[in-house]
Amino acid sequence: MSYSSLEEIVQRCTREQIPFWKAVLLSDMEDRDAGEKESVAAMEQLWKAMQEAAASYDERRQSKSGLAGGMGGQMQMYLEKGGTLSGSFMSRVIAEALKMGESNACMQRIVAAPTAGACGVLPAVLIPLKEAEEIPADRMIEAMYTAAGIGQVIASRAFIAGAAGGCQAEIGSASAMAAGALVSVRGGSPEQIVHAAAMALKNLLGLVCDPVAGLVEVPCIKRNVIGAVNAVSCADMALAGITSRIPPDQVIDAMKEVGESMHISLKETGEGGVANTPEAEKIRKKLTMI
Amino acid sequence: MNIFDILGPVMVGPSSSHTAGAVRIGYVTRTLLGEKPVKADIALSGSFAATGSGHGTDRALIAGLLGMKPDDIRIPDSFQEAEHEGLAFSFRNVRIPEAHPNTALLKVEGEGGRKAEVQASSLGGGRIMINKLDGTEVHCSGACPTLIIRNQDSPGVVSEVTSILSWKRVNIATLQLYRDRRGGSAVMVIETDQPVQKETVSMLEHLEGIERIMYIRCGMTPASIGGE
Ligand code: SF4
Repeated sequence: MSYSSLEEIVQRCTREQIPFWKAVLLSDMEDRDAGEKESVAAMEQLWKAMQEAAASYDERRQSKSGLAGGMGGQMQMYLEKGGTLSGSFMSRVIAEALKMGESNACMQRIVAAPTAGACGVLPAVLIPLKEAEEIPADRMIEAMYTAAGIGQVIASRAFIAGAAGGCQAEIGSASAMAAGALVSVRGGSPEQIVHAAAMALKNLLGLVCDPVAGLVEVPCIKRNVIGAVNAVSCADMALAGITSRIPPDQVIDAMKEVGESMHISLKETGEGGVANTPEAEKIRKKLTMI
Repeated sequence: MNIFDILGPVMVGPSSSHTAGAVRIGYVTRTLLGEKPVKADIALSGSFAATGSGHGTDRALIAGLLGMKPDDIRIPDSFQEAEHEGLAFSFRNVRIPEAHPNTALLKVEGEGGRKAEVQASSLGGGRIMINKLDGTEVHCSGACPTLIIRNQDSPGVVSEVTSILSWKRVNIATLQLYRDRRGGSAVMVIETDQPVQKETVSMLEHLEGIERIMYIRCGMTPASIGGE
């Protein structure tokens, strides 16, 4: 049976003396009646696809609407010059998030995590970390399980689609997954993992889904950046011993409540928020003419 | 929802419903037609019509018709591929009342002259639902192996089909029956736990009262749930 609360996972970890990722792996094997090898091989495939997607970024690509393309390259150039405000690791995170978001908009192959719109968040934190610290591949697969386990609980208690719960459900969930994954890489405890996730989700509570002209480009690509950067800071807080004052599962429930009360114009209809600005209207008109 | 519904699918962007789901609709339509399509008249409804072009929904549908899967990097260039493959296509926008916001109606013709008319919607996360087949209402997701059988609405046909399946050790997960009118033509939609072998399909085809059988193999990873 898959888990319906983060608490349940933490309890199993304590009971069976296993790490968080292992509890997720075991439940996947039970769930799908799959062997460990089979499950791990599938996860390795995803991790490989994620890295390939990152490597294949091309700054010359433009999306069909012309709204997306090139930002990842700009950020990369800027960070290579050195002296960025956010430091070299965080700048890499920002660049990766932009790149993946743009690749998605340009119809390249990506890994939905948990959705296509939020596909940049998880790789944006994992790939730069792997590069900076030469982390063994197993650690990264464990981090992927950790992220998946967090996402699964969010999906079962609340939602992970912008149309259902606003961007908090998409970028917010992705950020929670990424925060937990980072703590997992650093060998943090199950409690630290779920608290990192809770803080990340809480910080993005209320974020609306307002894609300009209904396209997964503006504000989506840059939202991947805030998801990723937020994940890094929440992981660091959790590793420092800071916890979420509200228990993690209750934060997820709060996200659900906020999502349900969110106006329909702010749930992927492209009718509210930045999608409802005069500039967005101009863009929409121009695009319907082509 | 399993963890590979959360991480994954591996897909060509930008949208799991408008792109990945659209590829699957095209792919399933090709399977239902049962041969290489040479002509496609595609009508887009709702949000497919409104934002479809920016999401590549049109190119995704054609890619699926050409047999590509949602992670095929040739999807953005499917229009050129169609030219190579001799698939002529056209798009138009329609309003299909009471349809799901992301709905497409595909009228296709195959190289051997077969025809099929499929109305399907993309539910999010790459999951799809076939709503209508050659004008008859059906409900089928194509996520597991599925037999779609058009038969005469006469006594005994259903039980003959199910007994052959049980003899061939194919377990039926769901069975749905649809018909336009009593005694006319009916449609059976059978989702199974195991794949159905070719010879089993041809055995079923030879049963009396069976007009046509279409088989959707579980060839595509059940795509994830999720947003766009
Ligand atoms: S704004 Fe909406 S479409 Fe864009 S990333 Fe957020 S949830 Fe997805």
